Amino acid sequence: MKLYCLSGHPTLPCNVLKFKSTTIMLDCGLDMTSTLNFLPLPLVQSPRLSNLPGWTLKDGNTFLDKELKECSGHVFVDSVPEFCLPETELIDLSTVDVILISNYHCMMALPYITEHTGFTGTVYATEPTVQIGRLLMEELVNFIERVPKAQSASLWKNKEVQRLLPAPLKDAVEVSTWRRCYTMQEVNSALSKIQLVGYSQKIELFGAVQVTPLSSGYALGSSNWIIQSHYEKVSYVSGSSLLTTHPQPMDQASLKNSDVLILTGLTQIPTANPDGMVGEFCSNLALTVRNGGNVLVPCYPSGVIYDLLECLYQYIDSAGLSNIPFYFISPVANSSLEFAQIFAEWLCHNKQTKVYLPEPPFPHAELIQTNKLKHYPSIHGDFSNDFKQPCVVFTGHPSLRFGDVVHFMELWGKSSLNTVIFTEPDFSYLDALAPYQPLAMKCIYCPIDTRLNFIQVSKLLKEVQMRKLRPERRRDSPKVTQVPLHVVCPEQYTQPPPAQSHRMDLMIDCQPPAMSYRRAEVLALPFKRRYEKIEIMPELADSLVPLEIKPGISLATVSAVLHTKDNKHVLQAPPRPSQPPASKKRKRVSDDIPDCKLLKPLLSGSIPVDQFVQTLEKHGFSDVKVEDTAKGHIVLLQEAETLIQIEEDSTHIICDNDEMLRVRLRDLVLKFLQKF
Amino acid sequence: MPEIKVTPLGAGQDVGRSCILVSIAGKNVMLDCGMHMGYNDDRRFPDFSYITQNGRLTDFLDCVIISHFHLDHCGALPYFSEMVGYDGPIYMTHPTKAICPILLEDYRKITVDKKGETNFFTSQMIKDCMKKVVAVHLHQTVQVDDELEIKAYYAGHVLGAAMFQIKVGSESAVYTGDYNMTPDRHLGAAWIDKCRPNLLITESTYATTIRDSKRCRERDFLKKVHETVERGGKVLIPVFALGRAQELCILLETFWERMNLKAPIYFSTGLTEKANHYYKLFITWTNQKIRKTFVQRNMFEFKHIKAFDRAFADNPGPMVVFATPGMLHAGQSLQIFRKWAGNEKNMVIMPGYCVQGTVGHKILSGQRKLEMEGRQILEVKMQVEYMSFSAHADAKGIMQLVRQAEPDNVLLVHGEAKKMEFLKQKIEQEFHVNCYMPANGETVTLLTHPNIPVGISLGLLKREMALGLLPDAKKPKLMHGTLIMKDNNFRLVSSEQALKELGLAEHQLRFTCRVHIHDTRKEQETVLRVYSHLKSVLKAHSVQHLPDGSVMVESILIQATAHSEDPGTKVLLVSWTYQDEELGSYLTSLLKKGLPQAPS
Repeated sequence: MKLYCLSGHPTLPCNVLKFKSTTIMLDCGLDMTSTLNFLPLPLVQSPRLSNLPGWTLKDGNTFLDKELKECSGHVFVDSVPEFCLPETELIDLSTVDVILISNYHCMMALPYITEHTGFTGTVYATEPTVQIGRLLMEELVNFIERVPKAQSASLWKNKEVQRLLPAPLKDAVEVSTWRRCYTMQEVNSALSKIQLVGYSQKIELFGAVQVTPLSSGYALGSSNWIIQSHYEKVSYVSGSSLLTTHPQPMDQASLKNSDVLILTGLTQIPTANPDGMVGEFCSNLALTVRNGGNVLVPCYPSGVIYDLLECLYQYIDSAGLSNIPFYFISPVANSSLEFAQIFAEWLCHNKQTKVYLPEPPFPHAELIQTNKLKHYPSIHGDFSNDFKQPCVVFTGHPSLRFGDVVHFMELWGKSSLNTVIFTEPDFSYLDALAPYQPLAMKCIYCPIDTRLNFIQVSKLLKEVQMRKLRPERRRDSPKVTQVPLHVVCPEQYTQPPPAQSHRMDLMIDCQPPAMSYRRAEVLALPFKRRYEKIEIMPELADSLVPLEIKPGISLATVSAVLHTKDNKHVLQAPPRPSQPPASKKRKRVSDDIPDCKLLKPLLSGSIPVDQFVQTLEKHGFSDVKVEDTAKGHIVLLQEAETLIQIEEDSTHIICDNDEMLRVRLRDLVLKFLQKF
Repeated sequence: MPEIKVTPLGAGQDVGRSCILVSIAGKNVMLDCGMHMGYNDDRRFPDFSYITQNGRLTDFLDCVIISHFHLDHCGALPYFSEMVGYDGPIYMTHPTKAICPILLEDYRKITVDKKGETNFFTSQMIKDCMKKVVAVHLHQTVQVDDELEIKAYYAGHVLGAAMFQIKVGSESAVYTGDYNMTPDRHLGAAWIDKCRPNLLITESTYATTIRDSKRCRERDFLKKVHETVERGGKVLIPVFALGRAQELCILLETFWERMNLKAPIYFSTGLTEKANHYYKLFITWTNQKIRKTFVQRNMFEFKHIKAFDRAFADNPGPMVVFATPGMLHAGQSLQIFRKWAGNEKNMVIMPGYCVQGTVGHKILSGQRKLEMEGRQILEVKMQVEYMSFSAHADAKGIMQLVRQAEPDNVLLVHGEAKKMEFLKQKIEQEFHVNCYMPANGETVTLLTHPNIPVGISLGLLKREMALGLLPDAKKPKLMHGTLIMKDNNFRLVSSEQALKELGLAEHQLRFTCRVHIHDTRKEQETVLRVYSHLKSVLKAHSVQHLPDGSVMVESILIQATAHSEDPGTKVLLVSWTYQDEELGSYLTSLLKKGLPQAPS
């Protein structure tokens, strides 16, 4: 069993697992932090951005000044933003059989994989994952396509040139593999390869492996995956949460008895408490608005925004914000708000109960009805007529490099009355703000990351490892020994974060120690397959003769025909020897040659000489003589010139070529032995 | 021999009161728990005393499954769980769980408040009953206990309707509930994979009907409604609040829009408005088209269809009214029917099946003089039209489902005996499987022949598979191993491994045969002759001439020695172990025949 690690980003994983005869890709994350190296794409012509000075090398060489611009001491690429793709050379991606998606954030690289690598397999994901994933992709494509930029920079990517650039450009990895955004056509084609699945649905892959998505508690439809055969179990945990927000709670029990647990998607801000952050978010928002300022919340169109709107729904009246308009601006804002209401089955218990009433599960329906929350596809059109300040705007993209958020940064950045509140943890807020410096508006960092922290992980691992009361997985499973749980995780999780190197509690601590991976590595997973399931047909089972060897242990020898189809094995009773037709023509010599593959069973036991001699005499051998030897006895049948050497673990019959006699003796000997 | 037992307590050669007991590999499952619309006495509920006379039902049933929210499938549930007493799990889909208690409450109100019955389940009982319900997702495998698992498939029919697979080990049964194999205006078609159950229990409401295309029926329906409204008549469409009602509303809504009609359309109040809400929230259960466009336009927000008030029934002029219940056996639809029945300008359209004993069934079978409560005679002058909009599979659809699932046996329920008989023959002819149609209380027992799963050591399996890949793969290869049975743990391993694991030593049984051959030459030459002879005969075997002057055939050793008395005879010593018995025996007999004449 091997794991090919195609992404180095711990929360946007892309791994390929080779297990039995299948090749399974686990997630398809797209690392978008690369876009932080690019200049923002303004929706409205921005004199500030277009007049930034070109960057020149120290020796005064200006050949890069068209591609690179300088802003407040940072250098940015002036081009269509590009993304860092998963590794495509480590393994032939056309051999991937299936792709399992765990949540909508982890599928953003899907079009690159399904459309450009010869991939012909199936993608599995839950319905909310697909629907919201589609919205995220649609938004991304829309953000980038609606501000066409002619320039595509490539000179700076030259290794010799990149070496000369200032950080962070100098240190950017794999720049040659960075790609521009896909098109809507590619998105549609990629999504058409997805097959919808439900939690706890067992999906058979070629009869060899079974995969099952489990609720992971992190987002609508988010899942962890169990990949198992009859005797081996691999758990893939990606983006899970134990907090009670809107999604269905995490299914931890089903992870038990795993042999290997691949752990990705932990919280990116292990020191921040999400509840505290939400409180801070609300109070900062209220403070700014009361002072007449505007609040900008860069966000994704789905996910935490539902929880934030719910908090605000409970908060605005008590905070006296009833008259402040809330705007949600995204090409998919309407769809996202609507879709959230129709996935009752994927929601936490409280929200499910509301649907039974029937009421919409999320209170944002009421915010919209009462006109407190308004949504627009973009700042153009209706929004410009309705726009009133002070206000609160939720809009994307959280990288601040494209989308309507760029416009609001330019518009509100100069006034210290305004505040931008960062809630999404995917991008460093300081890096995101760099091209907008100098900035007068307040910046608040309230990252809300509900994914597992290290304390929760260690608890989870302990529970998964509790195997003492392990029930027999199936009644045909072999004797269960305590097998250790092997944890596999990105290398970032096996050491404290670089900024907090003394915090030894901010890393995974387990026994045996976790195996870590980094981008472009191949890991051999330490576990050996020993057994496989096989079925015995009832006719064959009926013909077996069990023999109790020790108390509680019975044996039966099995001679059967093996049929293997679609990776399923069945044993059938051997065909009855058919009588050769009487009118057979000339017999060929070779017809009689026995098949040497027809092995006789092994024998075990020992032969008590006295009883054996008695038996011989009973069967008409009158001249039996016994001689003792060093290791046993020799039984002589004088008339037949036959000699039988009997020792503890062997019997040797030496006789003339008298087949009748030999077979008689053989059968008498066999009576004393057990067959295996 | 393992067996599957099926006993219908309701819906056996009948429609209504669906309730089927299934025993499979020692697990007992009750499928549906419905009421009968044709009865008002004890017969309206299944006879649960069949399960146990005394003692709690919980001890006799592992779980209860409800296929959909229609009362003939879930109407007896609070009676069963709260009054007879059952505390085990009850499974249904999310929409069913949402809508079922509302219909039950409605049913209770009509029975208790309007008809004044006592000794009926209470609102609290409905609530307590629903607490025992576990909601399931489509295709989710629900582990009821360590052995019993169930899985829901989409059934069409009504919102949230599901077919259920029940599985224990390798034995399984599928219960269809009510299903529809053709997508309609608001729901998709039923679907199941090739799950090859031992038994398929299917409804057979339309066992003999093959319906024409849906488009024709729709056009016909619209034409009739349109004509009646044009001539100033009133149209009554008795429906159940959820299901057909929504489909027909969508149909009329679009028609009114297109034709720019002005006559009012009403929907009897209460339930239905709420019902539309459920459709909006559970839109993932509707058909693809509605799901795709719901963000732009939610099909369940109607512009032309308004809430009905009792007083409207006496308004002059044309109107269309959807009223519940669907079989005209009680409630608002019956009230309106009584008001409008006397006028030949009016029309009642029955869009679905009517159970025997209901007013709906009577007028459909041509009765025009009805005896109502209080001996009053009602003369029906209004036009009566029947239009099969019931979302049940027709004969073609049932056959299609059987083809999809590939069961070993089929059992028919939820249909009329005569029609079942016809379908049974058809199924047996076409699929060559047994088909059963038990009456209520009658038990069908099927023998199953499940394979026994064991674990095989990978070493043994790989060795055998490698052999299987030989050029002559068609010839079945015998594999040999030892099955170790300890507790409930079955493992198949190679004999060597079995001996080793049990700490037993192998006992070697060896034979050495003396074969006398007439040959005056030296021993070495005799050996060479033996070698070339065997080499030519045993082409598929390994035959070697060893440096020590002996011959090896596979692992059988042949040596030649001089005869102690007769120099013209050589003695061949052929030595083999019991494992090579066949080949060893063959070799001695071959050599006994002598060697071919040596080339001079």
